[in-house]
Amino acid sequence: MEHNPPRPAMPVANALRELLWPALRVGSGPGPAPGTSSAVDALRRGHHLRPLEMLPWLVAAAAYFLFPDYLALGAQILLAVLFALSFDLILGYAGIVSLGHAAFFGVGAYAAGLLAANGWSEPLSGLVIAGIAAGLVGLLSGAVILRTRGLTLLMLTLMIAALLQETANKAGAITGGADGLQGMHVAPLLGLFRFDVFGRTAYVYCLAVLFLGWLAARRIVQSPFGRGLIGIRENEDRMRAIGSPVFRRRLVIYGISAALAGIAGGLMAQTTQFVALDALGFERSGVVLIMLILGGVGRLYGAFIGAPLYMILQDGFAQQDPVYWYFWIGLLLVLVVVFARGGVLGLGQRLARRLGWPS
Amino acid sequence: MTDVGAAALETRGLCKNYGALAVANDINFRLERGARHALIGPNGAGKTTFLDLVTGRFPPTAGRILLGGADVTALAQAQRVKRGLARTFQINTLFRGLSVLENVCMATSERLGRAGDLFRPAGSRRDVIDRAYAALERLGLADDAARLVRELPYGRQRLVEIAVALSLEPDVLLLDEPAAGVPSTESGIIIEVIESLPPEIAVLIIEHDMDLVFRLARRLTVLVQGRILVEGTPPEIAANAAVREVYLGERAST
Repeated sequence: MEHNPPRPAMPVANALRELLWPALRVGSGPGPAPGTSSAVDALRRGHHLRPLEMLPWLVAAAAYFLFPDYLALGAQILLAVLFALSFDLILGYAGIVSLGHAAFFGVGAYAAGLLAANGWSEPLSGLVIAGIAAGLVGLLSGAVILRTRGLTLLMLTLMIAALLQETANKAGAITGGADGLQGMHVAPLLGLFRFDVFGRTAYVYCLAVLFLGWLAARRIVQSPFGRGLIGIRENEDRMRAIGSPVFRRRLVIYGISAALAGIAGGLMAQTTQFVALDALGFERSGVVLIMLILGGVGRLYGAFIGAPLYMILQDGFAQQDPVYWYFWIGLLLVLVVVFARGGVLGLGQRLARRLGWPS
Repeated sequence: MTDVGAAALETRGLCKNYGALAVANDINFRLERGARHALIGPNGAGKTTFLDLVTGRFPPTAGRILLGGADVTALAQAQRVKRGLARTFQINTLFRGLSVLENVCMATSERLGRAGDLFRPAGSRRDVIDRAYAALERLGLADDAARLVRELPYGRQRLVEIAVALSLEPDVLLLDEPAAGVPSTESGIIIEVIESLPPEIAVLIIEHDMDLVFRLARRLTVLVQGRILVEGTPPEIAANAAVREVYLGERAST
């Protein structure tokens, strides 16, 4: 059945190491210079890679071998992680609360899907275009709505997503409307790896893109720009008073986040070869918020815990209780919000502190 | 006037109305270079509003604001900061969840034009971190560098406010009640810090504490109901009958 069974996991694992080691210095680096404080040292080392940060990648690589029957679901989990990661950049770092982040996921999905359905079958370039399209929509809508704050902004994010969804619905001749976009043809990845029915190629493809997205997001949140976003979240008045162009900073991260979300949407279109209106739907915007709350907001790794947790639980609950599974998700969310503020990561952090481990 | 150059900060006919209420009424004010100037007045006189107008937190209804002789009335708050205008807040306005050092780094990074950098890790910016740490050392805050601002006693937080503003290397520093809420046992260090500010910085202090005002300021402006009542040296103000009535008299009765 398979002519060219792709087994790229080991090369990928090696490539990860190749990429990681020089890009991010591992370990403690040079000790504190004489005469400086531990605070200076902590700041200087803030961007060094901690061993625990490798864990998601080890788990993802192991899952490829341990759960060969679930790779299609695995690919969807990985792209959900990327989507949630993109959302964390605006929610967790810049403090922009949105109920319409699916707008950008959907734009990316339709962009990649329309390309593949109209003869542009090469997936990598399609994914880049999906990201650019979503990023542009993010910048354009952000330029208007980011002038507002709080509830007004929340409602406007909702409206942008609703407008786009209704546009996709009305433009049925192009998008397939309520029937969904079909007839995509996605060429083999790099001309070598066909998208197989087991989802092997899809899984590795999503993992590689997620890894690059994580590298970029990690770079951004640890840059001076990223620290400034935390400043905006913590105290916007103070940021203005130290001369920070707050609006521009918020707009830039909104565009970056939208582009990453669009890439996640593009991955979904290419790996499932189908795009429905729900790619732009309110439910998707809500679910990504729930994923982050479950995992932990503003920590970069909340997405890596929240998205798999949500999707595995959803899968499990739906099998146990096909009618009322949403109830159990809801109950879990209530428990997390009441008893575990900061999500799973927040819980872990408190536990580690109690045990006296360095966080 | 021996000084023929432009003032460090000047307002001409500055007005701010909320409906019929004039919170700033035709304020003509000059802050000379290197000045130690205090703005005093009873509660609700419009002192903080004046600072908010000057820094660009809200636009004035009428009038002009000049910084070093250049009209900055149309500039956004952030752009005025880039031109050398820094302030502290009456109520601590800091990044409470970040360390003292990171609070100052945020300002230093903006000052050095590094804050828009998306790609290089903040931790690799030694110049930013070292300058911020040096600023903390100057204010005696180095021992608290690693602590979160919200864990500091209020008086120390007031010092961080000043450290953040100073890290912008301003020409004009506006201090909004720097010793407000600080027990008198701790206000001494704040006074010392203000006294030791570089002489070339023009400092405008809003303050209720008269001891502090008379100790620090060489010139006073009294603001009442959004208007300048009188301006002069500390002895002139202390002897002024109108000031005694609206301001000092009110204080004596409380």
